[in-house]
Amino acid sequence: MFVLEKRPSPSQFWTYATPVLAVILTMIAGGAMFALLGKDPFIAIRTIFWDPLFGEFAFYLRGQLLVKAGPLILIAVGLSLGFRAGIWNIGAEGQYIIGAIFGAGVGLAVFPTETRWIFPVMIVAGAFGGWLWAMIPAILKTRFNTNEILVSLMLVYVAQTILSKAATGFLRNPQGMGFPGSRNFSTYPAARNVELIQESGMHWGVVAAFIAVIAAYVLLQRHMLGFQIKLAGQAPRAARFAGVQPTRLVVLCMGISGALAGLAGMFEVSGPAGQISIDFASGYGFTAIIVAFLGRLNPLGILLAGLVMALTYVGGEMASTNLNLPSAAIQAFQGMLLFFLLAVDLLSNYRIRLLNGRAV
Amino acid sequence: MDFGGINPAVLVASLMVASVPIMLAAIGELVVEKAGVLNLGVEGMMIMGAICGFITAVQTGSPFLGFVGGAVGAAGLSLVFAVLTQVLQANQVATGLALTLFGLGLSSLMGQGYVGIKPPLTSQVPFGPLADLPVLGRILFNHDPMVYLSIIIIAAVWAVLKFSRMGLVLRAVGESHDAAHALGYKVTRIRILAILFGGAMAGLGGAYLSLVRVPQWTDGITAGAGWIALAIVVFASWKPWRVLIGAYLFGGISVLQLNLQAAGARIPVEYLSMSPYVITIIVLVIMSSGKGRASMNAPAALGQNFHASR
Amino acid sequence: MNRRTLMATAALGLGLVFGGTVNAAGMDKVKACFVYVGPVGDGGWTYQHDQGRLAVIEAFGDKVDATTYQENVPEGADAERVLTQMALSGCNIIFTTSFGYMDATNAVAAKFPDIKFEHATGYKRDSDNVSTYGARFYEGRAVIGTIAGRMTKSNKIGYIASFPIPEVIRGINSTFLHAKKVNPDATLSVVWAYTWFDPAKEADAAKALIEQGVDVIVQHTDSTAPLAEAAKTPGVIGFGQASDMAAYKPSPRVSSIIDNWAPYYVKRIGALLDGSYAQVDSWEGISAGEVEIGEITDAVPADVKAEAEALRDAIGAGTYHPFTGPINKQDGSAWLADGVTAPDGDLLGMNFYVEGIVGDIPQ
Repeated sequence: MFVLEKRPSPSQFWTYATPVLAVILTMIAGGAMFALLGKDPFIAIRTIFWDPLFGEFAFYLRGQLLVKAGPLILIAVGLSLGFRAGIWNIGAEGQYIIGAIFGAGVGLAVFPTETRWIFPVMIVAGAFGGWLWAMIPAILKTRFNTNEILVSLMLVYVAQTILSKAATGFLRNPQGMGFPGSRNFSTYPAARNVELIQESGMHWGVVAAFIAVIAAYVLLQRHMLGFQIKLAGQAPRAARFAGVQPTRLVVLCMGISGALAGLAGMFEVSGPAGQISIDFASGYGFTAIIVAFLGRLNPLGILLAGLVMALTYVGGEMASTNLNLPSAAIQAFQGMLLFFLLAVDLLSNYRIRLLNGRAV
Repeated sequence: MDFGGINPAVLVASLMVASVPIMLAAIGELVVEKAGVLNLGVEGMMIMGAICGFITAVQTGSPFLGFVGGAVGAAGLSLVFAVLTQVLQANQVATGLALTLFGLGLSSLMGQGYVGIKPPLTSQVPFGPLADLPVLGRILFNHDPMVYLSIIIIAAVWAVLKFSRMGLVLRAVGESHDAAHALGYKVTRIRILAILFGGAMAGLGGAYLSLVRVPQWTDGITAGAGWIALAIVVFASWKPWRVLIGAYLFGGISVLQLNLQAAGARIPVEYLSMSPYVITIIVLVIMSSGKGRASMNAPAALGQNFHASR
Repeated sequence: MNRRTLMATAALGLGLVFGGTVNAAGMDKVKACFVYVGPVGDGGWTYQHDQGRLAVIEAFGDKVDATTYQENVPEGADAERVLTQMALSGCNIIFTTSFGYMDATNAVAAKFPDIKFEHATGYKRDSDNVSTYGARFYEGRAVIGTIAGRMTKSNKIGYIASFPIPEVIRGINSTFLHAKKVNPDATLSVVWAYTWFDPAKEADAAKALIEQGVDVIVQHTDSTAPLAEAAKTPGVIGFGQASDMAAYKPSPRVSSIIDNWAPYYVKRIGALLDGSYAQVDSWEGISAGEVEIGEITDAVPADVKAEAEALRDAIGAGTYHPFTGPINKQDGSAWLADGVTAPDGDLLGMNFYVEGIVGDIPQ
C-alpha cells in the first residue's frame, strides 16, 4: 500500500518528466488496444507519433500540425486566464463560431472590393464577435450572479443554430445554386488569411497564437492584472482585501477568452476552412479546454500541449487511413492519452510514500 | 381539447417519454455534484450505457438485463473518472471532458457489430382499463416501466438527501470535505460511490435511448443529451424535484416545436430549435436574481479535489 | 519543400508502388481511396458509400486496392489535409463523399493533376481531374410518393426534412406531386429537424406527426428512429432512407429508397483500369441503378405495388420524368408548361415548393 503526501511546491523534475511518462504509458495501453484490433501496435504508434514529424510526408504534415494547433492554442491561452481566476468559460466553441460569422460577415458584405483594409477590419470584427458572445455570460454573472458555466455552454447551442442559419440563409453564397455554405475566401484575395510561407502551415492565426502565448506569459509574470488573476484563483478572500474587483475580473477574463476564441474562428474561416458551412464548428472550443489543462494553465505549457494534441489528430488520421484503424479507435486513444497525462500529474504535486517508508 | 391543433394530453405523454434519458442522467449528476464532484463526462457515460445496454439486451434477449448492463457499463466508465479525480487528484473538468471523448470512441468500437439490429422490445406496464381513461389514461397509464422508474428514482433521491443520514453525510461532504473528514467520514469513498451512482444513472438514460426511444444502435446516438443533463442540474439548482421540471421543460420545448410544425403552425423553425437553450438561460437569470439565489445553493466544495493531509 | 517537388514525390510513389501511371492505355492496378463524413456504422449515408467501396473490391479483386478510407472527416482544413495525405500516399483516385468537401477537393486536385478526384453531390470542377457525381433521388421519391398517396387513409402524409437545401426541397416536391397525382386529397406536413442525424429528435418528429393524424411518414434524415416510432402505432407506415432498413419489414417499412453507389464506383474504377476514364458530371438515377427502390412488402396492396413498380420502370426507361408540366409554384405562378420536363438547372437549385404544399420553406 501507499499513501500520498502533498509536496510543499511542485516537483521540478516531475513537471517535465510526467508528460513523457504519460506518453509512454499511453503507447503501452494504446498499443494493447491496437493489438486487440488486430493491428501491429508498433507500426500504429510509430504512425501516430513519429511519421507526422519525421516520416516520408513530414514536409507537409509538420505544417499541418501548426494549422491544427493554432486555433487550439489561441483559444486555450484565453481560457487559461479565466480558469486561473476561477471563471469557467466552457462556451469557447460558441464564441469561436460567432467570431467566424462576424469576421466572415464583414468580409463578405463588401465582396468583391479589393483594399488592404478589409482583412484587418475582419480581424477586429472576429474578435468583437467572440467578445460580444462571451459578454452575455459575463454580464449575467456580474449582474444576476447566474452560473457562467451553464450560460456559456447553452450559448454554444444557440451559436450552432445561428451558424446553420448563416450557412443556409444570410451568408449563403449567392452564386452557390442554393447549396448551403458561404463564398469561399480562397476566391477573395483581399479578405483571405493566406499561408505566409508556402506549405509551412503558417498563417496569421498561428502568428496570433504565438503572440497570445507571449502576451499571456508577460501578463501573468509582470503585470498587475496577471497577479490579480492568480490571486483570485488561489485565495479569493485575500484577493478581495487586496482590492481585486471580482466584477471587473470576470468581465476582463471572459472578454479576453471570448475575443481570442472569436479571433481563432475568424482566422479559421478566412484561411484553412475557407467558408462558413453548416459543419464549420469541429469542436476546437471544447478541445481547447483540455489543451488548457494539459498545459497546466501555463502559456508555454499550452503551446506544447496544443502541438501534442495536434500530433494525435494528424498522426491519428494517418494511422486511420494507412492502417485501416477505425477513427473511433483514435478517439479512444486520445482519451487514453488525456487520462494518463492527468493521472501522472499527481507525481509533480504529491509524493508517493510506500508504507515501508521509502519515498518516490 | 385542442390548442392550435395539438392535443395537450398527447403532448404531455410524449414529453414524459422524451425526458426520461436526460432526467435519469441529470438526477445521477445531481447526486455526484451534491457530493462536491463535477463530472462533465455525462455524455460519454450515457453513450457507454447505450451501447452496453444494447449489447446485453441483444445477447440475452431481455430488455431488463439490458438496462442492468447499461448501468453497469457506464458505472465502469465512471470508475475511471473516480480513480483519476479521487485517488490520483486529477482536475475534474479536464477529466470529465476526456471521459466524454473516450466514451464516444470506445462505444463506437464496441458497437461495430451491432449496427442495424433491432433490440428486444420493452413492453408497456399493463394498467388494464386504466390506460383507456380519457386524458389521464394517456398521460399516466400508458408508458414503459422506465418512465415510472425514473420518477421513482427522483423521489428516492429527494427522500434520501432530505431525510436520511446517508443524505446528510453526502451533503456534508459536498459542502466542506475538510469538515466532513474531521468528523470522521470517508470523503473519498463517499465521493467514489456517488460518482458510480451518477455513472449508473447516466447509463440507464443511455440504455433508454438505444433500447426504447430510438431503438437501435448508431454511433453518436446520444447526440448531446449528456450536455443537456448537465444543464438541467444547474437549472434545477441541485434540487431533485426541479430536475423533473427541468427535464420536462427541455423535453417539452423540443417536442412542442416539432408538434407545432407538424400541426402546420407558421413558426420560425430555426429560432424555435434554439429556444430550449435561450429559455434555460432566461429561467436561470430569473432564479439567480430572485431571492432564491440559485447559485447560492451550489455545493460549496463543487469541483475541488480533496486530499486528506493528516 | 516546394510544390513542384511535392508533386514529384507523389508521382514517384505512384510509379514505384503501382508500376503504372494514368494514361490512355489504362493501368494494371488502381488504388482507390474514400473520404467519409460520418462513421461507417451510421447505417445510412456513409454506410452506403462504404458498401460501394466493398463492391469495388468484389468486382476487381486484386486489380484494385480499395482498403484505404477515412471516417469522420470534418469539412474544411481537416478534409484538405486528409486528401493531401491520401494523394501523397499514392491513391490514384479519391472519392470525397460529402457536399462539404467541395472546395477542399478542388483545392487539392489543383495540386495533384495526375490523381483523379470524384466529389459527391457537388457542382464545382475547377480542374480536369475533378469529376462530380450525384444521384437523382427525386426519382425514387416519386415512387415513394405514389405509394404514400395510395396508402394514406387520413390523407395526411408527414415528411421529416433535414435542412432547407435544394436536394431536400426537390424530394419534398417530388413526393408531394406524386402523392397528389394518385390521391387529390393528400396533404403534406413538413417538419424541419435541422439535423441529418439525431435519432431522438427524429423519433420526436415522427411522433408529433403521428399525433397530428399522419399515417404515412417519409423521412429525409438518416436514422431508423422514425420507423421505430411508426412501429408503435398500428396502421402507420414509413420508408427506409439511404439504406434498406430491412429490420422494419414488412411494416412499418413498406419500401425504401436506397443510395446505391456501387455501380458508379465500379464504372469509374473500371474506366481508370481500361484507360477510358474521362472527366464527368454524373447525375444518374434509377436507370443506372444508383437509386434503388427497396422491396415493396406485402403490407402494400398488389395493385398499388404494381402501380409503383410501373412508375419506377417508366422512370428507369426514361419514358417518364417526375417533374413534367404543368406544374405551378406554390404562389401560383407557372413553372413548367404542359408536357415540359424540368431542366436540370432548375432542379439543382430548387428553392420553392410546388403548388399545393402548405407552409413556408425556412429562409
